[in-house]
Amino acid sequence: MSQQTVLYDIPGPRTRRITAVVSVLAGLLLVWVGYRFVYQPLADAGQLSMEKWGPLIDPNHELFPQVWRRLGQGLRATLLAAVFAILFSLLFGTLLAVIRMQLHALRQRRFPGLPAPMAWGLRGTTLGLNVITRVFVEVFRGAPVVITIFFVWRVLPQLGLRPPDLNLFGLPLPSLMWSLVIGLMLYNGVVIGEILRSGMQGLPRGQTEAAYAIGLTPNQTVLRILLPQAYRIMLPALISQLVVVLKDTALGFIITYGEVMRTANLLAEHRLLRNPLQFYLLVGLLFIVVNYLLSKLAEYTERRIARGRRAATVRPPRVPTQAGGEEAEPAATGATTGDQRG
Amino acid sequence: MRAIVDNLDLFASGFLLTFQLCLLAAVGSLLLGTVAAVLRISPLPPLRWVGTAYVTVFRNVPLTVVAFMVVFGLPHLGIRADFLRIPGLDVIFPRLGIELPYFRMAIFALALYTGAFVCEALRSGINAVPAGQAEAARALGLTFTQNLRYVVLPQAWKAAVVPLGSVIIAMIKNSAIFGFMGLTGDLSATYQQLISARGEPAIPVFLAVTVGFLIMTVPLGLLLDQIEKRRAVGR
Repeated sequence: MSQQTVLYDIPGPRTRRITAVVSVLAGLLLVWVGYRFVYQPLADAGQLSMEKWGPLIDPNHELFPQVWRRLGQGLRATLLAAVFAILFSLLFGTLLAVIRMQLHALRQRRFPGLPAPMAWGLRGTTLGLNVITRVFVEVFRGAPVVITIFFVWRVLPQLGLRPPDLNLFGLPLPSLMWSLVIGLMLYNGVVIGEILRSGMQGLPRGQTEAAYAIGLTPNQTVLRILLPQAYRIMLPALISQLVVVLKDTALGFIITYGEVMRTANLLAEHRLLRNPLQFYLLVGLLFIVVNYLLSKLAEYTERRIARGRRAATVRPPRVPTQAGGEEAEPAATGATTGDQRG
Repeated sequence: MRAIVDNLDLFASGFLLTFQLCLLAAVGSLLLGTVAAVLRISPLPPLRWVGTAYVTVFRNVPLTVVAFMVVFGLPHLGIRADFLRIPGLDVIFPRLGIELPYFRMAIFALALYTGAFVCEALRSGINAVPAGQAEAARALGLTFTQNLRYVVLPQAWKAAVVPLGSVIIAMIKNSAIFGFMGLTGDLSATYQQLISARGEPAIPVFLAVTVGFLIMTVPLGLLLDQIEKRRAVGR
């Protein structure tokens, strides 16, 4: 909103009048466009009839309970897959980030205490592992997630690793769900891993140096010093990645997993219903509500973190000088003051 | 390895179609996103609401739902994206003109979905311009349009290039979904056909198709890195 007042002056009475008139006109135009290009085609095609909408919104309709029971199952399947995919992605991403940090640190070691062949062997192994993890990351980050999900679904049985059909406290966790979860985990885990890694590498070098100085091992440094800070910095990015995971569970339809989109599609093709438009709109609405709440959560977290950090920043001592004194300050403090002003 | 070499022509034609789809959808989404961004910063509240509604809806709905809506839903209203049969353009992109399933619909759905993200990238660029710049322009007496045209947008563009690039990279990867919905002959349709119908081993086919996508995304990513680095030096 603040940007609104910057691009143009705060309107005076005349401008306000003009704005009001033009707004009303634009509003009317929009209403007409909505009527002409949305309402009319829908009505002409008979898509607004109660016959099409009734099973979805009229509780007295004979099919209403059945439709919503199926949709509820679909929604549950979507949420279950999303929860597992999020958990696994976070775990896998953290693991990957830690391993890659360790390997990166190991690459600089020359193992001076060991005999030469062993030292060379260890250095070769480190290099090899570095290359392998790098290729792994690039492949699964570069492949579209649909392609990965389909791949997992096809390749696991070929390797004799078909995921089991499980049942957790009456919640069905079919093999198909695990294929979807693993596919999502491979993609999002790699993305989250890279988010965390860049978060750790973005920390001031002093953090690592201080950790080594008080005698922590590289392992402890990553786990106790770097990782917690990376989580904190990257929290907004992580939450928006979770929105991505939730949206991507809808891709389960390609491997015939019965999530909400596939369920809706099957229902819409049913002989008694035949109303795909209505079902798609409904599913879209369900996703909008859930994801809108999640992205609001992300924004809130971001604000909270920004506020916390601003309060924690030690203000640089400011020597009162005459005009131009601010330019004499070192660049670093200039940046922090700029941040506070903005 | 044989699975790749024997089907090289299929991969090549699939790659070509995916590339065309991405190119056209990128142009479409840039246009749509720019319009939406202009709406979102306009002084008229109703236009702002439209822009905001568009972005909120399409950022929160999975591409799957948008794709189902466009590809299987809109034909019920008699909409087959015929406005994309642009004369002259279908000489370069022959699939625009013929009725082989879903090429036009895929472009439409992908552009509609990506436009929302383009809009947000542009807006973040505009927000990145220090407020003092626009204030100074106002103080000099520039009008709203002059302000945007000469002061804000040239700077916003610089800040928006990198996020825009990431949006397009994501779009290229998202384009894979249409092959699973019946779009004939693109990379992911080829992938599915080779594995499911022909029973080729999954791993080499997966790697080949992934390389196909990497050929499009990696150069773009490198270009973005380059731009980012140059900007960091310039500052």
